[in-house]
Amino acid sequence: MIEHAYIIPLLQLFAFLMIVFFLRWKEPLSAACSIAMIVIGWVMSVVVLIEMLARHGAPYEAFFYLTSFATLNFEIGLLVDPLTAVMLMVVTTVGGCVVIYSVGYMKGDPRFSRFFSYLSLFLFAMLGLVLANNFFMIFIFWELVGLTSYLLIGFWFEKKVAADAGKKAFITTRIGDLGFIVGLLLIAAYAGTFNFGEVFDKVSAGFIPAGILTVIAVFVFCGAVGKSAQFPLHVWLPDAMEGPTPVSALIHAATMVAAGVYLVARTMPLFVGSAEAAMVVAVIGLVTSFIAASIGLVQNDIKRILAYSTVSQLGYMIMALGLFGYDSAHQHHSAGYVAGTLHLMTHGCFKGLLFLGAGSVIHAIGTNDIQEMGGLGPKMKTTAIAFMIASLSIAGIFPFSGFWSKDEIVAATLHHPIFMFFTLAIAFMTAFYMWRLCFLTFFGKPRNQERFEHAHESPRWMTWPLVFLAFLSIFAGWVALPWLHHGYSSFVYYGEVHHAGPNYMLMVISTIVAVSGIGLAYLIYYRQTISADRLAERFRPIYTLLYNKYYFDEFYDLILIRPIMAFARFMWTFDAGVIDGLVNLTGRATILWSDIKEWFDTWIVDGAVNGVGWLVRQGSALLRFMEPGKVQFYALFVLAGVVMAALAKYERAFIVTRWPLLSGVFLIGLVVLGVLTRYDAVKQRKAQTVTGMVEIDTEEQKK
Amino acid sequence: MQFPILSLLFFVPLAGMLAVMLIPRERKWAIRWTATVVSLVPLALSAWLTWDYFFNYRDLATVAGTMAECMAYVEGPYNWIPSLNIQYYLGADGISIPLLILTGLLTTVSLLASFGIEDRVKEYFAFFLLLAAGMMGVFVALDFFLFYVFWEVMLVPMYFLIGVWGGPRKEYAAIKFFLYTLFGSIFMLVSILILYFTSQPHTLNMMTLIETTPGLTHTLQMVCFIFFFIAFAIKVPVWPFHTWLPDAHVEAPTAVSVILAGVLLKMGTYAMLRISWPMFPEALRSLSFWIAILGLIGIIYGALVSMAQKDLKKLVAYSSVSHMGYCMLALAAFSSVQAIAGCMFQMVSHGLITGALFLLVGVLYDRAHTREIAAFGGLGAKLPVYTGIMVFFSMAALGLPGMSGFIAEFMIFIGAFTVLNKVLVGICVLGVVLGATYMLRMVQNVFLGKFDASKWGGLTEINLRETIAVAPLMVLTVLIGVYPKPLSMLMSATIENLINLMAR
Repeated sequence: MIEHAYIIPLLQLFAFLMIVFFLRWKEPLSAACSIAMIVIGWVMSVVVLIEMLARHGAPYEAFFYLTSFATLNFEIGLLVDPLTAVMLMVVTTVGGCVVIYSVGYMKGDPRFSRFFSYLSLFLFAMLGLVLANNFFMIFIFWELVGLTSYLLIGFWFEKKVAADAGKKAFITTRIGDLGFIVGLLLIAAYAGTFNFGEVFDKVSAGFIPAGILTVIAVFVFCGAVGKSAQFPLHVWLPDAMEGPTPVSALIHAATMVAAGVYLVARTMPLFVGSAEAAMVVAVIGLVTSFIAASIGLVQNDIKRILAYSTVSQLGYMIMALGLFGYDSAHQHHSAGYVAGTLHLMTHGCFKGLLFLGAGSVIHAIGTNDIQEMGGLGPKMKTTAIAFMIASLSIAGIFPFSGFWSKDEIVAATLHHPIFMFFTLAIAFMTAFYMWRLCFLTFFGKPRNQERFEHAHESPRWMTWPLVFLAFLSIFAGWVALPWLHHGYSSFVYYGEVHHAGPNYMLMVISTIVAVSGIGLAYLIYYRQTISADRLAERFRPIYTLLYNKYYFDEFYDLILIRPIMAFARFMWTFDAGVIDGLVNLTGRATILWSDIKEWFDTWIVDGAVNGVGWLVRQGSALLRFMEPGKVQFYALFVLAGVVMAALAKYERAFIVTRWPLLSGVFLIGLVVLGVLTRYDAVKQRKAQTVTGMVEIDTEEQKK
Repeated sequence: MQFPILSLLFFVPLAGMLAVMLIPRERKWAIRWTATVVSLVPLALSAWLTWDYFFNYRDLATVAGTMAECMAYVEGPYNWIPSLNIQYYLGADGISIPLLILTGLLTTVSLLASFGIEDRVKEYFAFFLLLAAGMMGVFVALDFFLFYVFWEVMLVPMYFLIGVWGGPRKEYAAIKFFLYTLFGSIFMLVSILILYFTSQPHTLNMMTLIETTPGLTHTLQMVCFIFFFIAFAIKVPVWPFHTWLPDAHVEAPTAVSVILAGVLLKMGTYAMLRISWPMFPEALRSLSFWIAILGLIGIIYGALVSMAQKDLKKLVAYSSVSHMGYCMLALAAFSSVQAIAGCMFQMVSHGLITGALFLLVGVLYDRAHTREIAAFGGLGAKLPVYTGIMVFFSMAALGLPGMSGFIAEFMIFIGAFTVLNKVLVGICVLGVVLGATYMLRMVQNVFLGKFDASKWGGLTEINLRETIAVAPLMVLTVLIGVYPKPLSMLMSATIENLINLMAR
């Protein structure tokens, strides 16, 4: 079966295609198709897991080339190892529960079939991601998972908030993916391959320089930060709660958001190779976990509390894995790898259950606001009991699943006291906010009578998955019982098997922390010996800060979204004004130039031609004045000529120095003569044709 | 003489144009169908070429040394104007064949999308076939004279198609497009003349010139390279020569936009890859950094400007600037097989995706008579199939894996990253997020949110003809995205040979 594991995702793709092209119009068939495929997938995953146990975790790998260029191969492959087998179980189990649950939850929705097609597409992508044997393929499915998440968050796209949330989720995770892409490019450039095994071989052989390895690891981790909603990209996950609740359970609690954790676990050799990168991972995980848990303390929307809880728990896992990388880099043993992956599994079960339970509550009462709930326990027993089992599990109460995995996480912080302190603080907060939620929802008096009376237990389609997941929330963690010698930690591990055995001290401490968290919630919200309002009043600034989620959204809006949009608008103005303006200016300049040329042509070039004609005519007219036909004038010219000749002969120096004066006198004389003669001539030949000729000339010019 | 398949690629549309002109203008349907059926011939021929090349000739280039030897299909050189040594010389190899089939496909698709044209139907379809002939010719011409003729011939029908059947500012857009391209062509002409007069004996045969041009002086190489670059960059368009594009796209009728984005822009990048890159490797090496910078600016700038658009078509037009920026980045990383292959992938993929986006915007415009993004909202509820297709192509445009755009961009990034400055390429990767931002904004504002039934209640779903036009593009986008191997096998040998030429 292991070599045919690729069938598991393909079945889901088949379901998707069937629904989109054939079953869309038959709602029950669509749902049936989806359910059938995921159930078959689940059965196959169980078989894969059993086979994997039988072969003692020996990995299986197969691939074929998608394409290759130069020396770089792009391949699609299959890698099944214990981690994959566990992830297959998580995805198909929670996926199966959610798909079945959705039959009840989405009943009557106009886009019922479409919902199931999206779910199947998501499961295809998620299972493909889990089975990938190389970076290229994991990235492909990574993005496809993001696409389905986008489609499902915005499933009720008529609601603007839902559409906004989908967009925000896609873009925020894409910012992380940006880093992931750069990481992939670096891997391609320095390792020359995408295959996990080959890359890791090159890393352990020291083929990649240490500094570069750190950069690669941090960039790859960026992808995980986006997908797993880690600080500073965690802001999308709470908003994603606008999607239908089964989607929140499947994608935004159990599987997709765990993909980041899976990525870190899968690429652990990168972090083991670089202690600095591993420390970055651990710190980011811790910061995220703390921030999210503290925000979760004061929220009132049932799904958002769960969302912050998810972010916080994912931070836990990331931190555990980071610490594992750090310790391993320094040759210490660490429980981090086992802890991170185990918590991934148990968290998938109980968080899936919490969301489905919350969905059941919302379905019954019609609001997300826990201040409107209260006293629902007796009215919806199955939901309430399942929900409380999950709450005990997440709080880490013995012997629920969560206890064992959380214990491992605390054990992972053994060498790091600061981490340990905060880990326990977070555990305390987790227990507190989860039980605050439980007390406000299921206990006490109803705070909204009208809604309360409306409430009812959900249909069986919805409660059965709850029961199944409740069962897992109790027992799934038992695979890692510290007394087992061939338990979880000798199946999923990195490096060498490390069996620590039970640490009773830690168990006691974490139980005390969890119980005191629940106890505080009990005092405040059940017995009401401490007033929640007075507490809020007392710590007003902190309360406001937490209630507004540390103002991350406002901050990003201010420093990122607004400036980028303003910049985009500026660029558009620049493009239309300056660049296109230059083009248009060139056009206009050309037109202006041609206008100038036309003017030049009309007035200068053609003007010169006409001007020559005019000059000639004027010149001839002038000459005509000098030929009036009177003897006296000719005599005068002769005299002038004689004078000139005499001057030329005897007073050469005078001519040489005074020639301007002489020529001036001569010209003035000519003009005076001309005018006189003209005057005379006009008087004499008034009636003659000369004026007529001039008129004809001007008419010609006009033409 | 072998069967003149390459000549038929453009002679058939020419003959079709004459046939269309002979049909009486009242018989609109006869004209439409004649044109469409005629366009199926070059499509079939190019499909056969692809098939034949893939199975019989795809490794030809691995044993070849010169570009001429890569040509699996050759016609000529026949003497055409002997006194000037101008030849009739056609050829096709691994980089022209993908573009030939793209052209064939998009021509048929856009003719199908043109059935809504009611005004001067005869002239429209005649011009369209002339355009098709010109485009096919550019991708097979191996003689500069012939190449230049086809390059210019295409301008004329384009000018009329935009100027007569376009939107409100059609005259402005048409003349801008025409003059801008012509302005570039002058530089190309000068460059061609330089090559002609420096060659001994004078020739315009590209294949001969590619062998001799690296022997030119550095200055001459630089001048020719830059002149060719200006001509081709305007066509691509490379920032800052891009402003004709949004105007032309917005004013052009839908089908013309499809051709413009799908094929015409590729002529620029194709010509770089075919002509100026292998001809002037020395100049290319000294300028490649600046070309990469232009690519970077194109990617980021185009995406940012897209983000600010209010008109659907303009948004898609500016996204083209961004997408063609990836091609320029790839072309700057000319020594990497991945980058050049990515460039070819991007050319094909952008043709499919952006072609389809223009088609789809046209579908909406035909019904709503507006393209203003803000005017819509919530159409997803009313037009589920149309929305599905549009979202599909938006995802393809933003580079979602599983679709052709992703393969292209990823290969370009890998190729560029290994060859070029890593920081520069890292900045280019930002385009991925910006691309997602503008596409998703568009999807959200048009298709998601509240549906205004009083305003858009009358909108009808995409019809069968439009679906048939878009379907092949969809299928190919997914096919290339999921299984890129056939396409990469088709051109890898030619590309490797080309890279050897550029490394001279």
